[in-house]
Amino acid sequence: MKPLGSIRRSFAPWADPAAKPYIVFENVSKVFGDFTAVDDLSLSIYEREFFALLGASGCGKSTLLRMLAGFETPTRGRILLDGQDLVGIPPYRRPVNMMFQSYALFPHMSVEDNIAFGLKQEGMPKAEIAKRVTEMLRLVKLEAFAKRKPHQLSGGQRQRVALARSVAKRPKVLLLDEPLGALDKKLREETQFELMDLQQDLGLTFMVVTHDQEEAMTMSDRIAIMDKGKVCQVATPAEIYEAPNSRFVADFVGSVNLFEGTVARREGSAAVIEGEGITIDTDNGSDAPAGAKVWYAVRPEKIKVSARAPEVMGPNTAEGEVWDIAYLGDMTLIHVRLPDGRVVRTSQLNRQRVVEEPLTWNDRAWISFARDSGVVLTR
Amino acid sequence: MNRWSRFNIISVTLGFAFLYLPIVILIVFSFNESRLVTVWGGFSTKWYGTLLSNQGLMDAVWVTARVGVISATIATVLGTMAALALTRWTRFRGRLLFSGMVFAPLVMPEVITGLSLLLLFVSLGFDRGITTVTLAHITFTMCYVAVVVQSRLVSFDRSLEEAAMDLGATPTRTFFAITLPLILPAVVAGWMLAFTLSLDDLVIASFTSGPGATTLPMKIYSQVRLGVTPEINAICTILIGIVSLGVLTASVVNKCREVQRRRDEQAAMRA
Repeated sequence: MKPLGSIRRSFAPWADPAAKPYIVFENVSKVFGDFTAVDDLSLSIYEREFFALLGASGCGKSTLLRMLAGFETPTRGRILLDGQDLVGIPPYRRPVNMMFQSYALFPHMSVEDNIAFGLKQEGMPKAEIAKRVTEMLRLVKLEAFAKRKPHQLSGGQRQRVALARSVAKRPKVLLLDEPLGALDKKLREETQFELMDLQQDLGLTFMVVTHDQEEAMTMSDRIAIMDKGKVCQVATPAEIYEAPNSRFVADFVGSVNLFEGTVARREGSAAVIEGEGITIDTDNGSDAPAGAKVWYAVRPEKIKVSARAPEVMGPNTAEGEVWDIAYLGDMTLIHVRLPDGRVVRTSQLNRQRVVEEPLTWNDRAWISFARDSGVVLTR
Repeated sequence: MNRWSRFNIISVTLGFAFLYLPIVILIVFSFNESRLVTVWGGFSTKWYGTLLSNQGLMDAVWVTARVGVISATIATVLGTMAALALTRWTRFRGRLLFSGMVFAPLVMPEVITGLSLLLLFVSLGFDRGITTVTLAHITFTMCYVAVVVQSRLVSFDRSLEEAAMDLGATPTRTFFAITLPLILPAVVAGWMLAFTLSLDDLVIASFTSGPGATTLPMKIYSQVRLGVTPEINAICTILIGIVSLGVLTASVVNKCREVQRRRDEQAAMRA
């Protein structure tokens, strides 16, 4: 398979059959009363990986994180960290640390006491604690705030203290529960990159829980999409986006157009799909046999919108009218309504400042896309 | 809508008069020169002097203080533990029954509490005295402490304790380093409440006390039956003084803290 997306990664232990996973969830289930939060889930995470659990609220991602931290005990299954079974080990003896969504800073302690708390529990000598605390404060650029109490800090500063406190003990794994959820958009974008740099510098394994797909896409090496206690797909951000394995994943991450149809012909990996009002000719037809009901998923930015009819109305083209336009600055969203009433979402990058023939509402428009723009989904 | 209508003025005056007139009269007459309590004979502080030489009254003060401090301290420990159990282990069997039983003494008539304790002590063969009064006071003040501490624990952020454990603190260390310091204001308030309740209890003390363990309210009550003396007024005035001072200090300290905290938060937002 040709590489997906616009990024080349050199770090990919999951593709190496000889690499040993660092954290392993083995058929883990967690049941609360009659609610199954995590359902027979297996997952492997590698050392130094930045791993994200992405899902809507209530999908079980936080429960999974809390089981790794030791705050919840799995109903069934095993959790291994570096070969050691963690089930039965209390949270205060696990070599993992967590950064809480609410930050959970101790309100009656100063910033430096907060950071030193974990080190004191270890029985580290005083001089060494002081050295480590100074180092941590420098790392998060809060040297001037050492003596302050948490309520004397802004939201962004509190987030940094929480981060410093959770990495001060040099844990094997750092768990982050919605680490940027409480920050405003601008601060969140800056902090994303800081977190990535920090993970690189310290060489730690990060496992982050988030419901923000942009956050997960930006920061992580791999993403696990979760729904109803199960993992739907584990893959790199580019694979998740460009090659989702189901309609749920395609729809959950980003925006997508789904064309329903049946496979008319197959030739190797190529397939022709007869959909309603559109014939789709694709070169990656999954393994659906002829006659199977499938969905063809195309992302909005892969679709070209034109005000002129193409020379040949072949496959992968359709005629419609401009239904809605939204100008966002960097791009314009154009919704094209097909004759049968379906609305196709497209997004056009605004490469030019000046456009010769801009489209407007109710214009005739033709949509088209290349053979390799989408994926065929069978479920 | 901040105008003082005539109706408002009247209702506030009446309300405060109803609450404080008896106390004001008591205080005023404690400075009465005359031996007759209801007849004003000029200003004097002599009754405060004779108070000190009244051995019976001084003994009662000492007994009350000891009973108050010991019972409030033990009741605070037990009440805090009950509050912790009730807020933390919300899913244990019989929780509703347990919480009902902890809080029942709040509404139980004192006579019944006193009588049942008396019967218990008699059947166990306990000699009635300062120990039995203390035990009885622990029993009935504990639930007040539990209520006060529980109301603080309900809004307590559990992730603080989880964070402490995550950083390597054992449950015991977590309790003493994180939980206790944060609920301390409620625990102190609970102690003060228990102490005050013990201080002014008459009914339960009368049932459970024995010779040589007369508390101040008992002493006052028995003396009043022989006629109210200005001495009694004086000791009551001192009691009121102590209680008001305590309440005033607590609220002033609270207020100052609140103001400081708000100022800090605003400073942090500006930064």
